[in-house]
Amino acid sequence: METIKIQGTEDTPKIILDAENEIMEISGRSLPEDVSSFYEPVINWLNEYAENPNKKTIINFKLTYFNTASSKLLLDILMKLEEMHEKGHDVLIRWHYPEDDEDMEEAGEEYADIVDVPFEQVAYS
Amino acid sequence: MNNKKDVKGFLEFVYEFYKSMKAHEITLIYEGEITHQITKAFTSLTESNMSKDDEPNSVQRKVFHVMVECLQNISKHADDFTSSDYLFSGRGIFLVSKGDNEYSVTTGNAVENDKIEYLTELLENINKMEKDELKELYKRQMKEGRLSEKGGAGLGFIDIKRKTGKELEYHFLPISDDTSFFLLTSTISRSEL
Repeated sequence: METIKIQGTEDTPKIILDAENEIMEISGRSLPEDVSSFYEPVINWLNEYAENPNKKTIINFKLTYFNTASSKLLLDILMKLEEMHEKGHDVLIRWHYPEDDEDMEEAGEEYADIVDVPFEQVAYS
Repeated sequence: MNNKKDVKGFLEFVYEFYKSMKAHEITLIYEGEITHQITKAFTSLTESNMSKDDEPNSVQRKVFHVMVECLQNISKHADDFTSSDYLFSGRGIFLVSKGDNEYSVTTGNAVENDKIEYLTELLENINKMEKDELKELYKRQMKEGRLSEKGGAGLGFIDIKRKTGKELEYHFLPISDDTSFFLLTSTISRSEL
């Protein structure tokens, strides 16, 4: 399937969704002007991917900042992954946060509480 | 301002205005339409000022968070006034001040009077909530809430209270029979929590 590669900017995250090379990543800052249309291709890609996913799906979130509107869309993405997990697929979410950023760590914990899917917290310096 | 006296009066006003800004430790002030470009410009300006001042990372992050949510509140919620009134959609005032102990971010925008009750209830409710309650409310709203047409998630005030740990101060001043000016101030402590 098609690969999505979006370069990060000061207000939008870098996104790589590459099923063939098994690289899935959302990183950087997220405060797009229009969150819904920015994340629409990501949701669409996941919908298509979920029909025939890889044996193991690992998706890396390495965000340094996201606004409240993005938090809602991130949850939509995580819920899509939860759906895959419920169907018996092997899914892992890795939530990377700067080691001195308690709020980002807590945001990861909150998502892990809401969605029922294997969730790993990774601190980096 | 054709005549000299008017010019002088105006320039004197500018100087008074400048002094008053200094007295209130205002580092940024803006009146007008709040667009996404404005949001980006103000946050990056404030960010570079804070890093020049060696403000701790955690303080920088909190100020950034609060600024974005406040600016987006205006751009997404400021009421649509179809008249040629200057108080039309997406407009407002925005200011940041920096004191010895804290930053404060203040916004002001026109709202229809029938929203006052709702806003008051919403803010009072958030203000009296403890940390854990706010966390649950945020989670619930994220799960159950819907994005508005303009992309608001109804999470901004909750997020500000959570990030700052301080009550949101607000005030409504009457503009006309139907509209009021809604002022909101959030403060961010400059000492690391």
